[in-house]
Amino acid sequence: MTTRIGVVTFPGSLDDRDAQRAVRLAGAEPVALWHRDKDLHQVDAVVLPGGFSYGDYLRCGAISRFSPVMETVIEQAKLGMPVLGICNGFQVLCESHLLPGALTRNDSLHFVCRDQKLRIENAETAWTGDYSAGQEIVVPLKNGEGRFVADAHVLDELEAEGRVVARYLAGGNAADGYGNPNGSYRDIAGITNAAGNVVGLMPHPEHAVEPLTGPTTEGLGFFTSVLKQLVNA
Amino acid sequence: MARVVVDVMLKPEILDPQGQAVQRALPRLGFTGIADVRQGKRFELELEGPVDDAALARIREAAETFLANTVIEDFTVRVEEAAK
Repeated sequence: MTTRIGVVTFPGSLDDRDAQRAVRLAGAEPVALWHRDKDLHQVDAVVLPGGFSYGDYLRCGAISRFSPVMETVIEQAKLGMPVLGICNGFQVLCESHLLPGALTRNDSLHFVCRDQKLRIENAETAWTGDYSAGQEIVVPLKNGEGRFVADAHVLDELEAEGRVVARYLAGGNAADGYGNPNGSYRDIAGITNAAGNVVGLMPHPEHAVEPLTGPTTEGLGFFTSVLKQLVNA
Repeated sequence: MARVVVDVMLKPEILDPQGQAVQRALPRLGFTGIADVRQGKRFELELEGPVDDAALARIREAAETFLANTVIEDFTVRVEEAAK
């Protein structure tokens, strides 16, 4: 049976089609999920895509977090279903308290859009098994409110438990993708929950899956990783 | 109708780049002597019924779960005096 990976569309989602395409290129069947529909249609994993759900009103992700589909996603995530939140999806996961911390306005106040170098720190989550710890990848990054913040105690806990999934690479030219693009604490680009099934990531792996449109194809690993994890489960 | 005001502010330890940008612009416009600016949100809630303890408790709950993200923000709830 083909692995089914759901991609939620909220009003204002932008990257749902690209996420579906990445799922397909990884070899799984993408299933479109609608924000008002509680039913996850028997999917094995869920991607919350990037965009500006509900116009980012109130706070990014604050309104989507209470949508009907999220009730089921939160419930299933707690039972171990793999969930990947990219960009706005990461914001939704933090607002849902499936992940700690919050994403705030970039320190520069500018919207940053560029190809970004990352180091994969944890290659044992449901979404990063096809990478190796320490591997460097380049994927697009585009956000205005991507600055990950949490109190020092939470940050220490994340580090101690190996729950930082990816970090922005410091040093070097911004034009070459180096440096912290938004002031995220400890250069954090992505984190996971304690169980490793829920991952939030600010940069966009779904835009780096084909040579024609991406800077690399190094984002595909997130989608092939979860597929492998589900097939082997 | 009674009005309840919820003010939401970033916690003091959270950087407020918007407030900083406003602060930097003030002296350029001739408004000097302002040491710090923090920017927040104000919600005005018009109640259908009376402002009693139960109503205020519900509003505090709404503020805590929805209007503010208590990971990064503090909030205050107050009843606004009716306009004379």
